[in-house]
Amino acid sequence: MTNSKTNVTELTEVTIRFAGDSGDGMQLTGTQFSDNTAIFGNDLATFPDYPSEIRAPAGSLAGVSSFQIQFSKLDIHTPGDDLNVLVAMNPAALKVHLGDVKDNGTVIINEANFTKKNLNLAGYDCNPLETDLLKNFQTVKVDMTKLVGTATEDLKLAPKLIARSANMFALGLVYWLYGRKIDNTVDFIQKKFAKKPEIVEANLRALKAGYNYGNTLELVKTTYHIPKAKFEPGCYRNMMGNQALAYGFMTAAEKSGLELFYGGYPITPASDVLHYLSGYKNMGVKTFQAEDEIAGVVSAIGAAYAGDLAITATSGPGVALKSEAIGLAVMAELPLVIINVQRGGPSTGLPTKTEQSDLYQAVWGRNGEAPCVVISASTPADCFYTAIEAARIALKFMIPVILLSDGYIANGSEPWRIPDVDSLPEFENHKTSDPDGYEPFDHSSEFLARPWATPGTPGLEHRIGGLEKWDGAGHVSYDPENHDHMLRLRQKKVDIIAEEIPDEVPYGEASGNLLIISWGGTMGSVRSAVEHIHLENKKVSHVHLRHLNPFPKNLGDIIKRFDKVLVPELNLGQLATMLRAKYLVPTIQMNINHGKPLKTSDVLNKINEILGE
Amino acid sequence: MTETITQPIKMTRKDFVSDQEVRWCPGCGDYAILAQVQKVMPELGVAKENFLIVSGIGCSSRFPYYMDTYGFHSIHGRAPALASGAKIANPELSVWVVTGDGDAMSIGGNHLIHTLRRNIDMNILMFNNRIYGLTKGQYSPTSELGKVTKSSPMGSLDYPFNPPALALGAGGTFIARAIDRDQKHSMEMIKRAHGHKGTSFIEYYQNCLIFNDGTFSDLTDKTTKDESVLKLEHGKPMVFGVKNSKGLRLVGSQFEVIELNGAFNIDDVFVHNENDKNLAMILSELTYVDHLPTPVGIFYVKDEPTYEDMVHSQIQEAVSNKGRGSLEQLFKSSNTWTVE
Repeated sequence: MTNSKTNVTELTEVTIRFAGDSGDGMQLTGTQFSDNTAIFGNDLATFPDYPSEIRAPAGSLAGVSSFQIQFSKLDIHTPGDDLNVLVAMNPAALKVHLGDVKDNGTVIINEANFTKKNLNLAGYDCNPLETDLLKNFQTVKVDMTKLVGTATEDLKLAPKLIARSANMFALGLVYWLYGRKIDNTVDFIQKKFAKKPEIVEANLRALKAGYNYGNTLELVKTTYHIPKAKFEPGCYRNMMGNQALAYGFMTAAEKSGLELFYGGYPITPASDVLHYLSGYKNMGVKTFQAEDEIAGVVSAIGAAYAGDLAITATSGPGVALKSEAIGLAVMAELPLVIINVQRGGPSTGLPTKTEQSDLYQAVWGRNGEAPCVVISASTPADCFYTAIEAARIALKFMIPVILLSDGYIANGSEPWRIPDVDSLPEFENHKTSDPDGYEPFDHSSEFLARPWATPGTPGLEHRIGGLEKWDGAGHVSYDPENHDHMLRLRQKKVDIIAEEIPDEVPYGEASGNLLIISWGGTMGSVRSAVEHIHLENKKVSHVHLRHLNPFPKNLGDIIKRFDKVLVPELNLGQLATMLRAKYLVPTIQMNINHGKPLKTSDVLNKINEILGE
Repeated sequence: MTETITQPIKMTRKDFVSDQEVRWCPGCGDYAILAQVQKVMPELGVAKENFLIVSGIGCSSRFPYYMDTYGFHSIHGRAPALASGAKIANPELSVWVVTGDGDAMSIGGNHLIHTLRRNIDMNILMFNNRIYGLTKGQYSPTSELGKVTKSSPMGSLDYPFNPPALALGAGGTFIARAIDRDQKHSMEMIKRAHGHKGTSFIEYYQNCLIFNDGTFSDLTDKTTKDESVLKLEHGKPMVFGVKNSKGLRLVGSQFEVIELNGAFNIDDVFVHNENDKNLAMILSELTYVDHLPTPVGIFYVKDEPTYEDMVHSQIQEAVSNKGRGSLEQLFKSSNTWTVE
């Protein structure tokens, strides 16, 4: 269907950002492009970025919402650094994002919104479309709103609906630019707005108008082809981080034969975990939207005592409120998973922006000696397996587990190879119904897990709580020796897990000049940088930690085999400090706190700086 | 085929006494309440293993340790939230919360009101001694205005909560008051609370011998209690006083005392209706009125579906509409594509 006068150029990978006002439908546009790209067969990673205001004033800088996607014929790990294409639906979007566009990159603009009022709101003194601000870019200026109006003239639509359909025009134009079919989006629009035929028609016409606009006009001389990526054979779907957490815990419940209980209080960016789980009542999931963060975790502790696989999800400020109760779960030695989808802190901080600054809080943030297991997810799809791992550890070791995710991977998406259900392991737990020799705090099992006697089990009536317990019998004890013993025992319950988790295998050589250690959502950026540096035959290796407390038992040995250790983090050096404290090694910190994902190029620059020293 | 009929073993108070030494101050009102609960529980027809007693922090919250049932001594104020999670997880349990005026109404106020409005089936026994005992004598959210305590040497400046009014306002479906010293009546209240499916709230007037001794003495002393206590009984006139010589009549929306000695007779006395929420509100206002008797008994009771029943019926509804979900279906619930 491509116009015969247009050249088709093959590319390896492309990064596109759709940006506009909060009301312009950029998240929907981006999600549609992602789904279509995934079905086409590219590898991809996405990054939605939206304001914390629900409806910031229209046209303002604060109200700009964006959705970024990188797609490729290769295996990629991030949504990309700099942009090949920026779609800017209004002046504010152009102002906020133009700095991220590569030289000679494409900027697609909806001219309709470049009114005097919007220009003022964006802080432009004069219209950038009439200056040389865009001279280094390939600019496609289209009055999308007017063209949608023309395409829908006979429908006599309200001007507002016409304006709101301009995003589909932009999507159609980008589909054409990358030689993509529009069928999937046509299906989507028909299903999503099935009850509103007028909206279906407006959106379909806008989509087609955008596509045909590219096809028939010669504004753009070149379109692009990004061949399919080589994936491991299998059935795939797109997966977002918070969705993957929900799926992971439902899987863990099925595989452990337990019922899933979720207690929590809404908080950005964790609420989607609750939203997803509350939609799966036919899987038997019990969700409890509690009155506050404290009740969220405490209800989960009650459910854990009663025998459910109990979880709660929140973000940093919520974990602060839950801290005392997490200490109770430590004391009561109950299986519990606390998810922290981290966001910019401290205090209310940057609620919709990403950060990795709750590692100290997870490891140390409770009164008394209250060690918890801490693990972290590295990518949207990895959230699925990290959830399963968290549940497995909680149940096997009768212990609370903190699972760290972050806003970047929570809302980001990537293709996920659907696992074979039978290949996922079953879980063990410590439920007991045998009164013979029963003691509630019997720690004689291999991993010090106490028996899980749940209310309703005859003959095992017992009391637990937050006061210090006598080892074994579990009654309240102020005995000095017992207290010291129990503190050490609860610490040992965490430490012993290192014996059971797999050894780390560095990506790259086993020894060399530089080892990069990362955790959480920076995995993709660091891995991409290391892949790059390997092309130059440099001896840089990468360890990405899932297990943060305890660390894998061979981590110290790995560190010893490298001259230098670099720890890039979106905080002020929390993992770096923990590594220094534990292994007494100097660590080079790299800390960026922009509320944005780590850039591959920043890591690469830092590597080169260190190797050049 | 022979059928074996298992006769339930009759339980007694002893079955509910744990091996832990009770460590409340000698003479504490908590002893009486503990004994009442231990006497009532064997008679409720509930298997012992199905009792779960949850508490927060405070003198009263040591209660679970003294009961030979499942028990959870949680953290300050959070017992209703913990009990909620346990009850939703396993609706078969008979869940009891033991708490105090500080635990339930101060640090845990939020959990109390939200549990009441959700109507989760549990029995909340709030021991109200109008003082902080375990922290050694500060004023509580039910202490009277001007209370001189360690933390209020010139008198407290907080107006007190009125517990039945608070519970009514929160949407409670069973609201009662009992007095530690009146064993027979208290045991009746405990039975009724158990019989109510939904959140039952009993405010227990309980004497703290050490820090607030005698705060309820008007209601317990033989010489004064007849004049100061109004026992509410459904369908019966609100009489009190020595030989029930007095009654309450309603004038407008206010109660006033009438003497049943000729000018008024029993027909002039207002008849209690425990299902009338407006009446319950008016009665709750008698809590701090000096010239009127203090009501005890059931202020209000109403049957409403419970939260946990609705949780489980939504699950059943989802399963019957969509079928029991499987992981295979879940994983393939959106657009998929296959790579050969």
